[in-house]
Amino acid sequence: MASSLVDGNSILAVDVGAANTRAVIFDVVEGEYRFVASGTAPSTAEAPFKDVSEGVRNAIASLQAVLGKTLLDGSRNLITPTQPNGSGVDALVVTISAGPTIRAVLVGLLKDVSLESGRRLVESTYARIVETIGLNDHRKPDQQIDAILRAKPDLIVIAGGTDGGASRSIKKLLEPIGLASFIMPEEKVPAVLFAGNEKIVEDIKALVGSLAPALHVSPNVRPSLETEDLEPAQRELARMVVNIRKRQVKGVELLDLWSGGHILPTAYATGRMVRFLAKVYSADKGILNVDLGASAAVISAGFKSKFTLNVYPQFGLGENLAGLLNYTTLEDILRWSPLDISEGVLRDYLYQKSLYPSTIAATKEDLVMAQSVSRQALYLAMQSARRDFPRDAINIKPTLTPLFDPILAGGGALSDASRPGHSLLLLLDSLQPVGVTTVILDQNNLLPLLGAAAAQNNLLPVQVIESGAFLSVGTVVVPVVSANYGTPILRATLTYENGTEARVDLKYGSLELLPLSSGETGKLTIQCLRGADVGFGPGRGGVITVTGGALGVVFDGRGRPLNLPVDAVRRRELIKKWSWTLGGE
Amino acid sequence: MQAPVHHITGLTSIVRERLLPISGKVLVRLNQKVSPNDVIAEANLAREHVLLDVARILGVTSNMADRLIKCKVDDRLAASAVIAVGKGLFPRSVAAPREGRVVVVGGGQVLMEVGETKTELRAGIAGTVAEIIPNRGAMIQTAGALVQGVWGNGRIDSGLLVNLAEKPEGVLTAGRLDVSMRGFVIIAGMVKDADALKAAADLPVRGLILSGLYPSLIPMAREMRYPIIVTDGFGPLQMNSAAYKLLSTSVKLEATVNAEAYDRYSGARPEVIIPRPISAPPATPHEVETFAPGLQVRMRRPPALGMIGTIVAVKPGLTTLLSGLRAPAAEVKLENGETVVAPLVNLEVVG
Repeated sequence: MASSLVDGNSILAVDVGAANTRAVIFDVVEGEYRFVASGTAPSTAEAPFKDVSEGVRNAIASLQAVLGKTLLDGSRNLITPTQPNGSGVDALVVTISAGPTIRAVLVGLLKDVSLESGRRLVESTYARIVETIGLNDHRKPDQQIDAILRAKPDLIVIAGGTDGGASRSIKKLLEPIGLASFIMPEEKVPAVLFAGNEKIVEDIKALVGSLAPALHVSPNVRPSLETEDLEPAQRELARMVVNIRKRQVKGVELLDLWSGGHILPTAYATGRMVRFLAKVYSADKGILNVDLGASAAVISAGFKSKFTLNVYPQFGLGENLAGLLNYTTLEDILRWSPLDISEGVLRDYLYQKSLYPSTIAATKEDLVMAQSVSRQALYLAMQSARRDFPRDAINIKPTLTPLFDPILAGGGALSDASRPGHSLLLLLDSLQPVGVTTVILDQNNLLPLLGAAAAQNNLLPVQVIESGAFLSVGTVVVPVVSANYGTPILRATLTYENGTEARVDLKYGSLELLPLSSGETGKLTIQCLRGADVGFGPGRGGVITVTGGALGVVFDGRGRPLNLPVDAVRRRELIKKWSWTLGGE
Repeated sequence: MQAPVHHITGLTSIVRERLLPISGKVLVRLNQKVSPNDVIAEANLAREHVLLDVARILGVTSNMADRLIKCKVDDRLAASAVIAVGKGLFPRSVAAPREGRVVVVGGGQVLMEVGETKTELRAGIAGTVAEIIPNRGAMIQTAGALVQGVWGNGRIDSGLLVNLAEKPEGVLTAGRLDVSMRGFVIIAGMVKDADALKAAADLPVRGLILSGLYPSLIPMAREMRYPIIVTDGFGPLQMNSAAYKLLSTSVKLEATVNAEAYDRYSGARPEVIIPRPISAPPATPHEVETFAPGLQVRMRRPPALGMIGTIVAVKPGLTTLLSGLRAPAAEVKLENGETVVAPLVNLEVVG
């Protein structure tokens, strides 16, 4: 049984990523929770270590060195609770994204109803659908059994039937699942989640439960044709994923023990925070969080009416990187490059990097390729995630990214705080936000850790977020307009707190910057030209309060959708120019 | 910081697990000496299943069908063997459509495994059986030279080594392969075109040891029936000097090319093993080292991708790299005399 952390003071939070493991300490400083320090070490899920707890111990040891405080005992075990001599911590929470992509079989009735909801459910974690069985599947049951056996699933998700609706069809579909699970070797029997018609749960338990002992049941993801409710099933799935990881990856069991069961998949913990932030902070616009790491690209978005969480292992920058070419072309990746790099060199890079996911770019050319790949991976993830955004999300044009404020970004590819301009340009290129938004970098990748801690101590995340633990890059203004390159599209005046003013004339195709330091606010008067729209309506301007950040106020006049010049030389020159504007090289 | 070790070593103890994909019969005993082609375990693998809905065919309830079914789990049935006979004046019957084994009986249905084929597991390397893994296989121990690679096409075979790569940056072309190389394991440098892989298949060879493989050739390399192992990576990469030196000085020796696919979680790696006669078993190599001056390392990313060097100093704290990123790093003196600064995560110890 998990213990409560409410009375705890210091909380150690550990994120076990595919490439790196981070240990972060939150403690009470002057009566409020603060992010105090972090330590990092390479993850050790893979050979030769094959035990994630080793990387966790190394990350905690690195944190110890920063803190000047002992957290591990002589046997390298975590000291809990805090001892009278000041060593140790009061509690531990863990998030994990390390581990092979989970192979999932999806079972449902109709393609556009339960199978679609099931797809969204599976996509909320580090899984890939390797086989789908639905009502329109014309294979015989024995062929379906063979297909399941060939798929070697770690997980089977069954979604089907509205509550009180179809029962015979779904039971019929379950026969091959039960039989396939029964004839698998015990150690390979997949975990099974039933998230369908609640009225037949007992029948399902009788039908599948006796054959597949790993059966879990959650509330229906599709209680009626018009309603989708993924959250309870996502919560159950998160628990199941941790159990699958315990089976697959040594050391997860120990972390579960150390943390008293406070262990969650990283994406789920991130989603929990985004859902919370959307409830607390969001006005009409949505809140967007993106996380681009070695294990996956994760897009979570909170809207007034809906929350979405999409995890794309296929767009992760680690072992699956070579597979990115199944979804895009070398040419499309290279369009983001400021250097003239051949397709062959890029292809070799993708395959080489997938051999060694934890390696980093040590040369400029390598960094350019890494960032071009990151842009395309995040672009593809965002395009995929947009399918699940609600229809009533506020937008300037339905074909463009909806209005978000703020946009948060983290993960290995984005959290490099030494060059916030690089990270911002990457986000502008790949997410293509519109209107006015603030952009915040989670350079210490705190968001999932706060999400993991939130269930135990709901004060901690709020106080840590308010304390400025995230890096505000600034406010971004992106007009939507159709114009020729070089045409003036927007004029703006920034009035600082001390009364001084700065002006910008934004031309189509350019990026401009007005400095505004972190913590400062200013009045931004916007005048839209040529029918440009920043969210006030076509051609309409307005006065808004903007907050500063590492870069200040950034105006992106490059158009939406962003169409890069076809001429490669001109395109590379422009990319260099944009990078210069935002403080890059 | 701890470092993974990439094994390229002239003499070491090698213990390898050889397992059937499913449960089967182990044919060797403890301490038995085995050759690479010896079958050490076998299993019957059924690739298909047939589900017979007896209740529906006979037009009876599931419970009644269960009473009429004559076979039980694990029964082996011949094709056309009667599984159940209905009742009445002209009773209908249900027969096995193919030869197979009964795996499930119940609910008025019978599930059979059909299309069984025998799977044989070979020893792969010459050595001694060090441990029996019941129903699955054995651990085989040997001593010899070991060269690990980064990619393999999943095949395994053995043969005498021949060197067609006169230098580490050699390129294998189809024209360099002739009938005199049939049955050999070939040290081949890098491969840039499909013709070379096809020519090797036509001979056929017993294995190709490549320094680099063009990614576009990966699908074809996977199809080849002979083992292909890549020592350094993808693209125009020369063979690292440690591997080249060891392999090129071992020509005419028997080598096993186990081109097992690299599995980052289990640690399985493609490798070349060259057994050597020994008087006493050598030490087992370390899997992990700690970065320190004097260690021999291999560069896993540019600059100097694939080159071998020696750590001169491990830098304190974080170092700003040429890319602008900051990371723990080391000064590495490369074989060509040049000294570079590389992040520790881009290095692996060679030994």
